[in-house]
Amino acid sequence: MTSPRHVVTRRAALAGAGALAATAALRPSLAPAAAPLARPIPSTGEQIPAVGLGTWITFNVGEDRTLRDECAAVMEAFFAGGGRMIDSSPMYGSAQPAVGYGLRKLGRPDALFSAEKVWTSSGRDGAAQIEATRRFWDVPRFDLLQVHNLLAWEAHLETLRAMKERGALRYVGITTSEGRRHSELETILASTPLDFVQLTYNPLDREVERRLLPLARERGVAVIVNRPFRQGRLTEALEGEPLPGFAAELGATTWAQLILKFIVAHPAVTCAIPATTSVAHVRENLAAASGPLPDEAMRARIAAHIADL
Amino acid sequence: MSEWWTYRPSDFLLFSPRVYERLIEAHNAALWPFQPVGVLLGLILLVAVWRGRDGEARLALAGLGVIAAWVGWSFLGQRYAAINWAAGYAEVGFAVEAVALVAAGVVLRAPLATSNALRRATAILLIAVAVVAYPLLSSLGDRSLASAETFAFMPEPTAIATLGALATLRRRLALALGLVPLAWCLYAGMTLWTLGDAVAAAPLGAAALFLATLALGGRSRQVSGERLRSR
Repeated sequence: MTSPRHVVTRRAALAGAGALAATAALRPSLAPAAAPLARPIPSTGEQIPAVGLGTWITFNVGEDRTLRDECAAVMEAFFAGGGRMIDSSPMYGSAQPAVGYGLRKLGRPDALFSAEKVWTSSGRDGAAQIEATRRFWDVPRFDLLQVHNLLAWEAHLETLRAMKERGALRYVGITTSEGRRHSELETILASTPLDFVQLTYNPLDREVERRLLPLARERGVAVIVNRPFRQGRLTEALEGEPLPGFAAELGATTWAQLILKFIVAHPAVTCAIPATTSVAHVRENLAAASGPLPDEAMRARIAAHIADL
Repeated sequence: MSEWWTYRPSDFLLFSPRVYERLIEAHNAALWPFQPVGVLLGLILLVAVWRGRDGEARLALAGLGVIAAWVGWSFLGQRYAAINWAAGYAEVGFAVEAVALVAAGVVLRAPLATSNALRRATAILLIAVAVVAYPLLSSLGDRSLASAETFAFMPEPTAIATLGALATLRRRLALALGLVPLAWCLYAGMTLWTLGDAVAAAPLGAAALFLATLALGGRSRQVSGERLRSR
């Protein structure tokens, strides 16, 4: 699951549009100054931008044409800013058709790194669900398929490995969120060949630093970080609090950027996937993956500062 | 879910308040101008409970079944399921409820007539809230008038009114027939509460009042409409 940040209400959107217009000139960081930092996928060495795009809640807009166009605008800004990985799941309601709509509208950008999930309790239903998902996206094949929340993971991993072997899939992964089933995830990570693992990590949820992140690094498994803003609750809680002075040293102009820098600076992390309904936020998120990143000491300061607040 | 106790209601929320509001607006726009017919049907149900006449009451109960089927198909299945996969299961529940209510309307004698004052008062209150107050309550606050939820078109007011009618029945029968609307009121209330919508209090309160009435209201002795009017 990804982290919807500031799901925009109509009132907030109107207020935000005015505020953005007024402050755009004062906040050059909203437009990425450079291509976002890329990280290698350990199993192949392929480079992937360290900030992706999640779709949890934010892209579940049903058949509402206006909202689908807004999602497409977010995707357009994402690709324009150098983004590649878009992550979704059958669990996310209508997010998959919304992604497919956006891709068709944008002329199927070559940069797309498609990350999807299989989420069904029956291993036998996995292949049919994946095919339905592929039709929603309207892509020839997925770059990455992950077993969502470890559901029927043994059977689904078998399906995904078979797909990878016959060239119908490039990478295989597994996901969890919000710190659940970590001991089981650790067992799988230690014993099963995987390309990707997806988990929750942010300055307040740091339990994965002890075992899972070092293990992923040791095993050569790429790490996708979901819920970087605790489903928006973290950035909302920090709203109104002044940024610490050291944020300027990192080129972070918002709490979201400081949090993302904290996450992607971890040596085991490959990509964070914040979700948003706002074009301004997607640019802001991508900008966090450029410029200086915090070292270990600075990361500790960021986490301590946010925990204190 | 081996760690089910770590889940919060917000973990199951799949959509934003804005998406939900626009979904209801689109549903209302597609069916306008028939919403006043829903209010009229609700008022007819209220009169049927008030008078307790056998024929009217049986027709009203069967009518509630038809409305449950319509609401389940038109909103839960055709609209809500697009953003909330759980609505697909709820549609099946509403279909089962529809069959049960129609069957009850055919089989029961004077189903909505009760000599129990508390049960009768609860029935009239819940139906009045569902039909008259709910459209207003649901369009207060951040919500638009275009997203007002009316009886016979949206599941919450329909479920609340159904609980009202069922409050007049014998306890076991009321609970059996009330299972689906009760479950929906609890689920919808939690969803609205998670969305930050104050109208969540209405379905949650209706469910609590229905259960409290069955628990405290004593037996519901079915009486004929003539006896009701002569009291």
